[in-house]
Amino acid sequence: MGRFIIRRFLQAIPVLFFSTFLVFMVIHLIPGDAAAVLAGPNATPEALAAIRKDMGLDQPLLVQYVVWVTHLLQGDLGKSTLSGQPIVKLLQARAPATIELTLAAMSISMIIALPLGILSATHVRGRLEWFISTIQSLWLAIPNFWAGILAIILFSLILRWLPPGGRVADANNMGDSIKSLILPATTLALYLAAALSRFIKFNLLEVLFDDYVRTARAKGVNDTTVVYRHALRNALLPVITILGVQFASLLGGTVIIESVFSWPGVGGLMIDGISNRDYAVVQGGLLLLVMLFIVINLLVDLTYAVIDPRIRLSD
Amino acid sequence: MAVRSATDVVASPALPVTTPQVRKSPHPFAAAFRRTWRNPLGLFGMIILSLLVFAALFAPFISPYDPIVQHQGKELQGPNAQFWFGTDELGRDLLSRVIWGTRPSLSVALMVVGIGGVLGILAGLAAGYLGGWADALLMRIFDALFAFPAILLGFVVIAALGPGTSQVAIAIAIAVVPSLGRVARSLVLKERYRDYVLAARCVGAGSVRVMLKHVLPNAVSPMIVNLALLMGFAVLAEAGLAFLGLGTQPPQPSWGAMLNSSRAYLRVDPWMAIGPGIVLAMLLLGLNYLADALREAFDPRRVNAGL
Repeated sequence: MGRFIIRRFLQAIPVLFFSTFLVFMVIHLIPGDAAAVLAGPNATPEALAAIRKDMGLDQPLLVQYVVWVTHLLQGDLGKSTLSGQPIVKLLQARAPATIELTLAAMSISMIIALPLGILSATHVRGRLEWFISTIQSLWLAIPNFWAGILAIILFSLILRWLPPGGRVADANNMGDSIKSLILPATTLALYLAAALSRFIKFNLLEVLFDDYVRTARAKGVNDTTVVYRHALRNALLPVITILGVQFASLLGGTVIIESVFSWPGVGGLMIDGISNRDYAVVQGGLLLLVMLFIVINLLVDLTYAVIDPRIRLSD
Repeated sequence: MAVRSATDVVASPALPVTTPQVRKSPHPFAAAFRRTWRNPLGLFGMIILSLLVFAALFAPFISPYDPIVQHQGKELQGPNAQFWFGTDELGRDLLSRVIWGTRPSLSVALMVVGIGGVLGILAGLAAGYLGGWADALLMRIFDALFAFPAILLGFVVIAALGPGTSQVAIAIAIAVVPSLGRVARSLVLKERYRDYVLAARCVGAGSVRVMLKHVLPNAVSPMIVNLALLMGFAVLAEAGLAFLGLGTQPPQPSWGAMLNSSRAYLRVDPWMAIGPGIVLAMLLLGLNYLADALREAFDPRRVNAGL
């Protein structure tokens, strides 16, 4: 187990390298270059060269990357071209909202998906499975931003139960804080929950036709034990990978949901960054979300090893 | 009826020799597609998809108005006899805009399935079958790409290329390669130590032959289901990027952008959010049902088990 953990951390290093490099490259993908954007259309070639030197753009790419990572490790992500504020400051202000929203959504979705998936696999071709899968198909077909808009129409404008948007984060006012989180987190979670529970169901069904399950049944093991002790463990393996994978779509969804509910997270910051051509901000936001994703996936893989002895023992 | 003795048969050599009648079974794919068609959900999916493809192809002939003409004095109307889906804040006919909106949506889906599908499957096959350093390298690249949610990869590509429909398609196609690749790889890993693969290798089949002739056909049915789901994903991602203002640019209609502009008028005219949303949801529902039906049709184990 110890060896597996070490191995997995070592594997994360090239991923970290690749993904930070990709994020780093964002600023180099801009047509023309960042210095030209910063200097404006009327800059003299000398001024442009000076800015380029100042930004280190005259150095080889790899050197620039090393410099960027060194600054990164010192907590320096550069400054916003638009407001001049340090990007770390901007992210610090926005990150808690995004992390709160994604983690809340992930928990809600797992809580919904697991029982639904198991129930629809064990009641396959039954009325319950039909009911669950109908609702799931409807959920999956409703894009989260439309669901968000419908939820605002229903719960905020018609019923007036919940605020239509914005975030309250006040330890002394937990009621309103939670109220403001409910609509965005649930909207974000429902899609993931529907996808996950379908996946759980299909995996469980696949496994339920395997030989070892038939053997267990032939031995006279009862249904509950077959499902929970024999089938579920094997069926959950790919589900856990999918949970890690789906976290990416959750982060992507967060960006959209934040925009639907005016949730002051990293997503809004990045969209503003794109429309203002403030690339350093886009880069910072990307970096934060990518780091979040890598950490979650590391945790997912470690869970994987705990559940499946074949993985931790094979190496 | 008298039982014919064996001598009767022997005694009549003039009878024509008939070869045993073997009923030719249809190609498994043809049978699977027939099962898909007969499944009500699969039929529903195909009908929706065909209708929208029809709408996209013949948009100029079937939409009642020009999608970008502004009818002054008729802004923000709910559904009525003149404008079936109502009008938007600039007095444009929402039905016509929804019909024209099928174009960016379906063309992005098609491009994504074509580009992303081929690249993803080939990469996954190679990684799974070759193993070793090729696997390790591809998986690390996948991991790195994976760390970027599709929407964020979209951000990167769009930041570089500027907003627009084909930029969106490129972005989404790149984004789906790692996930398809992983699925393909896991299918291959599942198959590669099966007896039939070992048998093929024993008789001297090379890597490419084993991969394409033996492993791929066994991995195809789950992949087809994945491609149907992928189309849904592409439609959704396109709408999402358009919703954020990064996709098809105004005044050209796209469902995502229409939904985005509806947000400012929810109190006055909630109908703006209904028309495009319903059509988008119907398309996604149809594609999901189609994927479900394909999955059931292609899974012989479930068919044989009577499920």
